[in-house]
This record gives sequence, C-alpha cells and structure tokens, in this order.
Amino acid sequence: MLEIRGLDVYYGAVHALKGVSVRVEQGEVVTLIGANGAGKTSLLRAISGLVKPRAGSLKFEGRELGGMEPHDIVKLGLSHAPEGRQIFANMSVHENLELGAYLRKDSRGVHDDQERIFTLFPRLREREKQGAGTLSGGEQQMLAIGRALMSRPRLLLLDEPSLGLAPILVREIFKTIREINQDGMTVLLVEQNAHLALKAANRGYVLETGTVKFEDEASRLASNEEVRKAYLGG
Amino acid sequence: MDAHLQTFIQQLLNGVVWGSIYALIALGYTMVYGILRLINFAHGDVYMFGAFMGYYAARLFHVDQRPGVMGTILVFACSMAAAGLLGFLIERGAYRELRKGSRTVAYMIIGTAIFAAFNGAALHLAGGAAVLFGAAGFVAGGIGGVFLERNKRHAPSTSRLTALITAIGVSLLMENGGLLVFGADPKFFPQILPSRELNLGGIMVNSSLLIVLGVALFLMFALRFLVMHTRAGKAMRAVSFNRDAASLMGIPTDHIISLTFVGGSMLAAAAGILVGLANPKIDPLMGIMPGLKAFVAAVLGGIGNIPGAVLGGLIMGISETLVVAYVSSTYRDAIAFALLILILLVRPAGLLGTHVAEKV
Ligand SMILES: Nc1ncnc2c1ncn2[C@@H]1O[C@H](COP(=O)(O)OP(=O)(O)O)[C@@H](O)[C@H]1O
Ligand SMILES: [Mg+2]
Repeated sequence: MLEIRGLDVYYGAVHALKGVSVRVEQGEVVTLIGANGAGKTSLLRAISGLVKPRAGSLKFEGRELGGMEPHDIVKLGLSHAPEGRQIFANMSVHENLELGAYLRKDSRGVHDDQERIFTLFPRLREREKQGAGTLSGGEQQMLAIGRALMSRPRLLLLDEPSLGLAPILVREIFKTIREINQDGMTVLLVEQNAHLALKAANRGYVLETGTVKFEDEASRLASNEEVRKAYLGG
Repeated sequence: MDAHLQTFIQQLLNGVVWGSIYALIALGYTMVYGILRLINFAHGDVYMFGAFMGYYAARLFHVDQRPGVMGTILVFACSMAAAGLLGFLIERGAYRELRKGSRTVAYMIIGTAIFAAFNGAALHLAGGAAVLFGAAGFVAGGIGGVFLERNKRHAPSTSRLTALITAIGVSLLMENGGLLVFGADPKFFPQILPSRELNLGGIMVNSSLLIVLGVALFLMFALRFLVMHTRAGKAMRAVSFNRDAASLMGIPTDHIISLTFVGGSMLAAAAGILVGLANPKIDPLMGIMPGLKAFVAAVLGGIGNIPGAVLGGLIMGISETLVVAYVSSTYRDAIAFALLILILLVRPAGLLGTHVAEKV
C-alpha cells in the first residue's frame, strides 16, 4: 500500500533521513520507533507532503507522492494526525471534525462518520460545542485522531498519540487504534512508547539517527536483545 | 437640545463614519497578518486603487450624470472586483514567490520601486521615460536577485525582513504607478448617490454619511458571517491558526491565502468609494495616511483579530474626529501615533489580542 525507498530529507544542512526504506501493507499496523530526533516525524511529514524529500521515492497504492501538495495527498486517501495533536484550539470540537472532512461533499456520510467517532470517543460527544482549546490532553488526542478519520482515509498516520498522556489514557488510545485497525484501517504508528507500540503492531521499524536500524515482525523486535536494551529498558 | 451636546453628537457620528472606513481597511491588514504574519504595506494603496476604479466606473457608466442606487451598486461591484484582482496579483506575484523561497521577484519589485521612487521624488520624468526608467529598475532588480540567489543559500532568518521590504516595495510601486497612470492632480469623486441634509431630532446629518455607515456595517457583518459560517471561512481560520495542520485536512492553503488577499482588497476598495462619498477628493497618494492609520487601528485592536480591527478602527476614527473638533486640527495625524505608542506600552497584543503568536 505504501512503499518508501531510499528517502533523503534535509533541513538546511541537517540530514534528517538518510536513505530510509519503509513498507506498509494493506490492513497492517506498522510501527516506527526510535529515540527523540531519530527522524520519525520527518518521515511522516515527508509522506504527507509537508517536507519535500531531496531524494527517494514515496509510492502510495502505486502512485508517486513526491512533489504533491499536502492537500492533494489527503485526496488520495491518506490522513495524518500530527505530532503534538495540532487541533484547531480556536474552534469547537464539531468544527474540528468538520474540517477533517473538508474535502468531502457527502454531508450525510460526514454526519454518520461523526457519529461513529462519537461512539469511539464518547467524551467528544459531550464536548461537541465546546472550544477544542478547553479539552484535556487526552481529549485533544482523541479529537486529533477523530479529525484525521473524518476524511475516510485508507491509511492513517499517527505521530506519538501517547505523548504526554496519563497511563490509563494511553491504554485507551491504543485500544482504540486496535479497534480502528480491526475495522479495516491500515495504520502507520510513530511511537516513543516502544513497549505498547510493538504490542499493537504487526511489524515495526527501529529508526536511529535517520536510518532504519532494524525491521521485523513486531513480536520478534520486542524480543530482540539490542532493541530490548535500547528501547524497552532491558 | 443643548447646542454643545448637538455638536458633540454630530462629531461623534462623524467619528463613527470615519472609524468604520478605517475599520474596513484595517480588516484587510488584520486578515493578511492573521494568515501570513505579514504586514501588507501595499494595502493602503489598494484602497487608493479602489477609489480610482470607482471613479472610472462611475464615469464609464455615466453614474455621475444619473446618480442612483443601481449605478452605485455597479460602481461598488466594478471597483471591488478590480481591487480583488489586484490583491490576487500582489499575493501571487510578490508574496507567494517569497513564501516558496524564491526572492528574485522580490528583488525585481524592490528594484523597480527604488527607481520609481527616484523618478517620483527627484527626476519628474514624464510618461514614456518613466516607464523605461521603471523597466530598467525591474531588470536591474531581477539580475541582482538571480545573482544573489545563485551565490547565497536561502537563509530563512532574513526572509521576514525580505517580506517586509518587498511589501514596502509593492507599496512604492503602486503609488508611483498611480502617479503615472492616474496623474498627480487630485480628482473629484462624482456624486453617485443623491444626498441631502437630514434632521434627526435636531441633529443635522448628511444622508451620505448614513449610507457610508450602513454599507460599512453591512460589509463587516457579511465578512463576519462568511468567516464564521462558511466552508471557506472556516478554512481561513484554520489556515490562520496552523497552516500545516490545515493542509493535512486537505485545505488548499495557497488558495485560501489568495482568497484572503482578494477579500481584504475588496473591503479596502469599498472603503475607497465610501471615502469618495464622504470626502470627494482622490489622488494617488491618498492611501498613505489612511493606510497607516488603519494599520494602527489593527494593532490597537490586536492584529490578526477581526473584531479587534473593527474596534480599533472605531476608536481611531472617533478619537481623531474629537481631537480635531475640540483640540486642534494640527493633531489630526498625531493622534494615530499617540494611540500606537500608548497601546504598545500598555498592551502590546492589542485590546482584543490574546497573545502575539510567532509563525514559523
Ligand atoms: N524544522 C526543522 N528544522 C531543522 N531541523 C529539524 C527540523 N525538524 C526536525 N529537525 C531535525 O531533524 C532530526 C529529526 O527530527 P524528527 O523527525 O522530529 O525526529 P523524531 O520525530 O524522531 O523525534 C532531528 O535532528 C531534528 O533536530
Ligand atoms: Mg517526533
């Protein structure tokens, strides 16, 4: 479904991704783990067109994404819930979800999808008319995921959905990710919480200073000696 | 009614009328700032352009000979459309190039503007020679731009300064272009609507003032409705808040930025015609002072904040009118700067501004 080959991303003189190759198949949850600054966010930003790679190819369902504008990439069926949630704090929960469906013309379908998201995250329903800026961190993360789902993507990119959340909320978010996946969504999940991420994923990649260090079945990565030492606390 | 009170109310009304004109211009500054964190110094000149387009439309369609409502609507429509197109071109030609990292166009504009300014200030060249002179500046700026871009890697830290200088360049260009095309002599904006003095409970008001106020209020409420309740308006708010996140929603951010320039320019054009109704003398440099004051009004209300621009405009208009009426007309222009200094000292984010966000 998604095929990335030899991707190079630079920020001025900083070489953030050095020939990264990553593959995601239909129906999978693939996780991308690695320390702060490894280049995980850069990879997601390159996929969704927010940064222009200097070299390499990015293919989504056989189509080359390189050089496309972010809004055209959304049209192809890819949705990205960015790092730090980045909800529109100046608007209501409802308006945030509405913007997630910006490209859709089927208002009935949009309404149904909003209902589905409220079933997934009942706390958002209670806060529908509330300003998104007044939500708690966990609720904002739910909104960010819900908003990303509103475009009806086939591939969902999640950047550190557990960041800064209490453990109970983290478990709730991961449970939802599995539910979404069971409903047929393919997910590329970036996480620093390697433990939970490897549990939730089918396959995983370990990124280190811009290169793929390991790539394997999630369960095998979780038992890999080096990975355990570096990312799972021994 | 007490005569003093009567004068006061009359002055207050004048202040509100001028305030609503400043508010219309300030809206354009604030919308563009909100979305690009850029002070579009050419905005006051778009207002001038709008006044001239209104003038020419009125003559073209003989509205000056047969004043009336339909004719007036036609004049507004033509002028706003032309100014909207100009705003679109300014964004497309100058600011978008900068945003995408190319500075060649910026240098071309700056080069032309410098030559144009020399022309205006010192040389007083006539038609053809001035155009040649400007073209020389364009070429020189372009060559300089390409040369600099070849030899120096794009340095993001300087891009904001470049944007500011480009904005000033566009403004100089429009003022000098205006002098060249429209002529330096003031023109008299025709009466496109019949007007008469009305007596509202002892207060004498010219009907055109009420029209100015009515149209300005209508446009402000229309803008508010569009921004709050339409798909494009919501997209605009999203892009203002976080451009990257907006693009991840599938919002074509460049289109929304264009739309913002078009909308702001249309409001400025409307203000230009309204000024023509209230104070019928227009000239190519008429945008400088009101543009500056409207900018101060936008800062006063909290730049980037739409209701703030309206509030700031009203405060500006009212205080200016009252100072002229009760203190001295010498201070007409000084009051704007006094207000600017005051707000920067007391509340730099502006009256309704919450925080000064930096766009990265
Ligand atoms: N906008 C930027 N400008 C310059 N350097 C950046 C920028 N964004 C990220 N980087 C650098 O790129 C590298 C990878 O960052 P990032 O992709 O955010 O990593 P991660 O998400 O794994 O923490 C880091 O060294 C970071 O400092
Ligand atoms: Mg990151």
